[in-house]
Amino acid sequence: MIIRQRSLLIGLTLILVILAAISLSAGRIWIPAEVWWNHLFSNTAYDPRWAIISELRLPRTLLGIIIGGALGLMGAAMQGYTRNPLADPAILGISAMAAFGAVMSLYLGLVIQNNWTLPVMAMLGAIIGVILLLALSGLTSGVITFILAGIILNTVATAGVSLALNLAPNPWAVSQIVNWLMGSLADRSFDDLYTASPFIIIGCLMLLSTGKALDALTFGELGARSLGINLKSTRWILAIGVGLATGAGVAVTGVIGFIGLITPHLMRPFVGARPSRLLPASALAGACVTLAADILVRLIPSVVEIKLGVAMAILGGPFFLALLIAMRRRLT
Amino acid sequence: MSTLSASGLYVSLGQKSVLKDIDLTFKSGQVTAIVGPNGAGKSTLLTCLCGLRAPTTGQVFLDQTPLLSMKSAHRAQKLGFLQQNPEIAWAIDVLTMVSLGRTPYAGFNKLTAVDHAAVNRAMAQTDMLPFADRDVTTLSGGERARAILARALAGEPEWLLADEPFDGLDPRHQLEAVKIFREMATTESKGVIVTLHDLTLAARLADTIIVLAEGKTIAIGTPEEALTPSILAKTYGVETRTIMSETGPIIHIVGLSR
Repeated sequence: MIIRQRSLLIGLTLILVILAAISLSAGRIWIPAEVWWNHLFSNTAYDPRWAIISELRLPRTLLGIIIGGALGLMGAAMQGYTRNPLADPAILGISAMAAFGAVMSLYLGLVIQNNWTLPVMAMLGAIIGVILLLALSGLTSGVITFILAGIILNTVATAGVSLALNLAPNPWAVSQIVNWLMGSLADRSFDDLYTASPFIIIGCLMLLSTGKALDALTFGELGARSLGINLKSTRWILAIGVGLATGAGVAVTGVIGFIGLITPHLMRPFVGARPSRLLPASALAGACVTLAADILVRLIPSVVEIKLGVAMAILGGPFFLALLIAMRRRLT
Repeated sequence: MSTLSASGLYVSLGQKSVLKDIDLTFKSGQVTAIVGPNGAGKSTLLTCLCGLRAPTTGQVFLDQTPLLSMKSAHRAQKLGFLQQNPEIAWAIDVLTMVSLGRTPYAGFNKLTAVDHAAVNRAMAQTDMLPFADRDVTTLSGGERARAILARALAGEPEWLLADEPFDGLDPRHQLEAVKIFREMATTESKGVIVTLHDLTLAARLADTIIVLAEGKTIAIGTPEEALTPSILAKTYGVETRTIMSETGPIIHIVGLSR
């Protein structure tokens, strides 16, 4: 059922607004709408619950929208570029490379000297990751070579992180690193938002500009070049765009997987398979999926809040399985 | 009149030299067919002539401008390339696919009236209008080949370089494709270069035939000049007989030559 582009984007935006409102209210303490109303429009006494909204849930919600949007967009762009339905920054090892960069800055103590080293190292790790991925897969973009290159990157980056944990000077550092690696939006501040969002937005704008090239790539590399696409610049825009967005995202939230993988698949039935149309729809849907999952994580009654990265991994497994079954059915 | 010329073209892939010292000049208003045995270097030559592959040495010029110095979008407007059996990665519909042929004009997402006219014309020429809403990945081989041809025609290039465009077409659509190529050359004075295996079809289609073998040009000339039994015996190793008919020479392959 293909929906017109404009109606789809408006619909997704509406869903996003509703989810954002729920995200501001939901949690261990449910904050009813009248608290907002009173704070914004009437002069009643200051409600302490407003602090929960403005200091905790607002940055968390905004971060969820930006990170989720970037994940959905990156998934759509990478699947379009590689013509591979299994591409996403987490599966192809780019998130792991970003995490490796960030952990190195923690481990080497660079963070103590300058706050900026962590996001910068994470972005550097991610950009190097994308370049390595494109180089390793030999640009042939065959499904197998791509997945293999991704596995190699994932293995190397994870090994590096494990080594840093292994050699960590004290258990406190270990728990810090592990806690952060699991990926979460909880307890993030406006500072985190200010650190990450400029890079994520620049990265996303770069990715949105690749639509025309991604469409032409439907006919393979030779086909795209015969249509006048300069693939060399496309490749760089994609590498830097994905690197900036993944690096900045991982720097503040840790690794959150599967959103990039599943969102384009959720959207394809509504937009059709054309890669350029998928980009904005996947961005909005990625933000919706992330907010919905983050709300769910807060509402699950557990002693310790389940991390979003962990929840997505749990949900991602069955989805991956369903995808595999669907692909096998198409092939046989 | 426009010319496309290759001078001193030499292409090597690893140890193997695929094209050796090719000097050719193509004129617009003509259909040229490149024939030759498997592995002769036909496709490599075609991608060089399109500016999609940089030769190891030598250059290709479009009206004295080196192809590789042209901006890629500009080059794509001038030279259309029809790839043999290209990958089609996503299940897009035929209309979308043909519309993507307008990519070199930056007409993207929002097609102009000119774009729509070109797309419609290309679909009509290739009998693809009834298939507009069909998913490309569900088409038969011949329908797919026609959709690919339509995409190339939609770009309205001055030169069309087609690699095995008749592959998989039924006789009727083969002849319709011949008609399209002939009209492009004679009525619209465009340049058409095709590679193909069917020698009779080549003789019927082309003004000029180039016989390529082991990366070298063996013969250039009219079908009667280039497709002689002695040249074909030398390049293909087959014994042939030419039968004249009202539609042109029929190259009858008698058997293997000794």
